[in-house]
Amino acid sequence: MNRVLVWYGELTTPGALSRRGLLFLLPAALWLMAFLVLPSLALVAVAFAERGTYGEVVWTFSLENLRRLLGYGLFGWSPDNLLILGRSVWVAFVTSLIAALLAYPLAFFIASRPPRTRYLWLTLVIIPFWTNLVIRTYAWQLLLSPDLPFAQVAAALGLAEPGAALYPGSFAVYVGMVSAFLPFMVLPLYSSVERIDSSLIEAARDLYASRARVFFQAILPQTLPGLTVGVILTFIPAMGMFVIPDLLGGAKYLLVGNLIQQQFGASRDWPFAAAISLGLMALTLVALRVYRRSGKDVDLV
Amino acid sequence: MSRLHPAVGITAVLTLAFLYLPMLAVAVFSVNETRYGMSWGGFTWKWYQSLFNPALSPDPKLTETIQAAFVTTMVLAVVSTLVATVLGTLLAIALERYPWTRRARAFLDNLLYLPVVTPDIILAAALVVAFSVLRQASSLFELGLPAMIIGHVTFQIAFVALVVQSRLKSLGADLDEAARDLYASYGYFVRRVLLPLLAPGIVAGAMLAFTLSLDDFVISFFTAGPDSQTLPLIIYGSVRRGVTPQIHALSTLIFLATVILVLLSERLTRRSA
Repeated sequence: MNRVLVWYGELTTPGALSRRGLLFLLPAALWLMAFLVLPSLALVAVAFAERGTYGEVVWTFSLENLRRLLGYGLFGWSPDNLLILGRSVWVAFVTSLIAALLAYPLAFFIASRPPRTRYLWLTLVIIPFWTNLVIRTYAWQLLLSPDLPFAQVAAALGLAEPGAALYPGSFAVYVGMVSAFLPFMVLPLYSSVERIDSSLIEAARDLYASRARVFFQAILPQTLPGLTVGVILTFIPAMGMFVIPDLLGGAKYLLVGNLIQQQFGASRDWPFAAAISLGLMALTLVALRVYRRSGKDVDLV
Repeated sequence: MSRLHPAVGITAVLTLAFLYLPMLAVAVFSVNETRYGMSWGGFTWKWYQSLFNPALSPDPKLTETIQAAFVTTMVLAVVSTLVATVLGTLLAIALERYPWTRRARAFLDNLLYLPVVTPDIILAAALVVAFSVLRQASSLFELGLPAMIIGHVTFQIAFVALVVQSRLKSLGADLDEAARDLYASYGYFVRRVLLPLLAPGIVAGAMLAFTLSLDDFVISFFTAGPDSQTLPLIIYGSVRRGVTPQIHALSTLIFLATVILVLLSERLTRRSA
């Protein structure tokens, strides 16, 4: 291989170039292989192992954990686990939907600000994006407590018991989830809205398209990459979320994340936790494929 | 983009208010005299003072725990950010400035985006399992600060790499070519041309990584040892026991630190863009 090439102004050979490229690449690539890829594969393997008497992992092949996930336990079939799975999908779906519905007006509003102040408005969305989730979640416990207006208004309208807090429960989980993930939806969406070709919207209006038609045929197709990334960044973490259901949902409103966490905590049943994680990991791989296609044109950070 | 329906603007502003309401509530209760319950007892700074001085605290042990957790949080954030910034910057240069075959590139892109889309609970669970195996080889992998640092670096690398990569893209090839045309050696080029030009991107990436570390709860929760509590873990623990205004004061300070970090990094990236 004595072929010579010019690469970024440098006279070099393919061999020398790839040797130096590997030098730059290997530290991070090896790190990610060692602490992300291999551990994930180990987690998959554990899903097919068994739990020992003391909570240790016994390496005998078994499908027991998957059977348990489907509800077949020591005491016959119970719908509990499937219920939690189904509920997680539903909560993640509703959260993504509400977040998207709120994100569109916000993204358009920010994009319509004059360039000088636009970044200030955008920064207002970025700050909650990076604010600690535990803090933002327990804050909702304060806001939904019985002495504050939300609970009192709800009680006056007959939606809640007078003097009761609005948490724990499904309502509080939705509020917490939407407020946690809204910035994850707005930022990628904004990056698409910013580049929208508004002449298409104007043309649609000039031709008397209805509002719905303007949205679905002129706006939605142009903002689809941002929306896709937003949904990925909302739906999957929402599925695995355990802080919010833990602090705002209570014992009766568990999600997949709580189920996994319990197996690492009190129950000490890693194989079962790994089995629960399998679905979430499969979903992550699907998202990865989609993200690689749409994510290229969407700046998140 | 000129004429927006007024309803859009109103919805947008209400949505922003919805995002800030929680932090506002915490800030208000952090200056409330009343220790228990939700009633307003007058304005006070004493909960903030009690964070810095155990003698002023109604719960000196909590203050000491918080101070120890502050040190752990900072060590964790600084060390993991330094490691992740070096690794992430090298990765960005490798991805952006070197030729890879199509298949290698697809693999590397997957590796780059995997930490971005993986739910943190999966990463945490995978690390706990991996550490339990690695522990047999080295005590470095006992749950505790080193394990937490490894966990944080793992999710920070990708974000640093993405920020630096976008800076590299916007720089283009001209300056690389000019430097090499003028006979700069590769080492000289990296030191005197590439790194100075990349500096704003690297710093912005590092600040993002630092913020991510402060923001993390789940990875720390799974990999923390008994002697390595971080501030988010303390807050979580105290929420389960019943929050005190001291925790509100702590949370407000963490929020303010986040605001400052975001503003600084925005300034950096916007000016360099």
